[in-house]
Amino acid sequence: MSSHQDPLANENGRRALLQSIVALTLSVFGAKACSIMRFDEDARELVFEAVAGEGEGALVGRRIPASTGIAGWSLASEEPISIDDVLSHPRFDREVAEQTGYIPTKLTVFPLLHGEESLGVLSVLDAGATAHFGLAGMQSLGHFASHAAMALAAVEAARRGERSRAAAPLASLAAAIDSLDSERRRQTLALIAALEPLIRRQDDA
Amino acid sequence: MGDGAAASDLPAWSIDREAALAEPLRSWWSRADARDWAWGGSSGEGVRVCIIDSGVDEAHPAVGPIQGAVAVHEIDGELSVAADDEGDLYGHGTACAGVVRKLAPDCEIHSVRVLGGDLTGTGTVLVHGLRWAIERGFEVINLSVSTTKSRFAADLRELTDLAYFRGSLIVASAHNMPVESFPWRFSAVLSVGSHSGDDPFEYYANPHPPVEFAAPGVDVELAWTGGSTIRASGNSFATPHIAGLAALVLAKHPGMRPFELKTALRAASSNVRSAA
Repeated sequence: MSSHQDPLANENGRRALLQSIVALTLSVFGAKACSIMRFDEDARELVFEAVAGEGEGALVGRRIPASTGIAGWSLASEEPISIDDVLSHPRFDREVAEQTGYIPTKLTVFPLLHGEESLGVLSVLDAGATAHFGLAGMQSLGHFASHAAMALAAVEAARRGERSRAAAPLASLAAAIDSLDSERRRQTLALIAALEPLIRRQDDA
Repeated sequence: MGDGAAASDLPAWSIDREAALAEPLRSWWSRADARDWAWGGSSGEGVRVCIIDSGVDEAHPAVGPIQGAVAVHEIDGELSVAADDEGDLYGHGTACAGVVRKLAPDCEIHSVRVLGGDLTGTGTVLVHGLRWAIERGFEVINLSVSTTKSRFAADLRELTDLAYFRGSLIVASAHNMPVESFPWRFSAVLSVGSHSGDDPFEYYANPHPPVEFAAPGVDVELAWTGGSTIRASGNSFATPHIAGLAALVLAKHPGMRPFELKTALRAASSNVRSAA
């Protein structure tokens, strides 16, 4: 399938999918900011994957510890939580300011549950700031969180597939190197080592 | 609530107050009589309530001194329970303790931390913490957390049955989303969802289980970390309302079994109408 047919075939398409969800959530809930953060289990961090509203364009790729804060609570407990007066607690100020540069009054966080896994969190800042959010609002936002979880799962599956495809030739090369005699293995490894700076320069370009 | 009537536009396991009142439950006693009999004059004195959560900040004025705090640790696959002086790194456990204290001011509060700090909220830690609490015989165990991992369901079912037969009432929060999670769905526990009222003594018995009761869970004023107070929403905060009421009932009627507590709480719920 060509990249034109598969929107998840490259990173731009994946970003666009997640961005469309936070933009829609922001719009529907009249929020000031909305983000999707992915849980990086190895690093024990939450990584911004998409941001709409305050912080848009500046936060994608930024990481925060997964073990603290309201987002951390939602991730660990696999439960949504909505807090109405964030300003009353200085810890929230720091946490949110570090994330977005925007201090909300209200913060609602939903876990992104897919199967039995908690993939990350959907955060909505100042949803319907002038209206009562209530149980019905939580229900609606839960649907958006379910949608975001499915999208993030699809994005992650596409990334894993890409990494797997990229690694396949290297695995084949490693097996070939293993079969060489010691002198030819040394020469081959030296050749690969010499290629590395060249590859890195192309990455930087 | 969830599977019940008139709840399609509400979150999983919440209840519409008007719908609940429109479908009153029958009881053999009047609600006023039942409430007076169940907890009239009680302050929860002598009842030990265990909060299995993110820890409890006992310095918070709305919580006051607590009578014990431990944390479950998992190191290289080995689980252990040790005294804990971390307090509460999230605020969630303190919020639950504050609600219990509001309803049952003289009960004992004990904290078992299974989240926060070095804990990642794994099901193994939750199971171990719950087992520890049941073995200590706490009369009421507030569990405003659950796990979506089905591999822990069998252990949790065994533990909730054990608690039921030993006489510990587990008050468990229903998940806020329409997902499978445990152990709140098990009949040996008393499960709780939310309604949008703000009277701490307003609660409903659900005619359409699995969730059995609904208590205030929207914009609830809560104790949080650092001595602060916040307003937050979630079934997590409805649950300790029922735990606090259970403590009141147990203080007045020591030795009540979990099924008797459920019956007493149902008879005194806000949507009960006398059959007479």
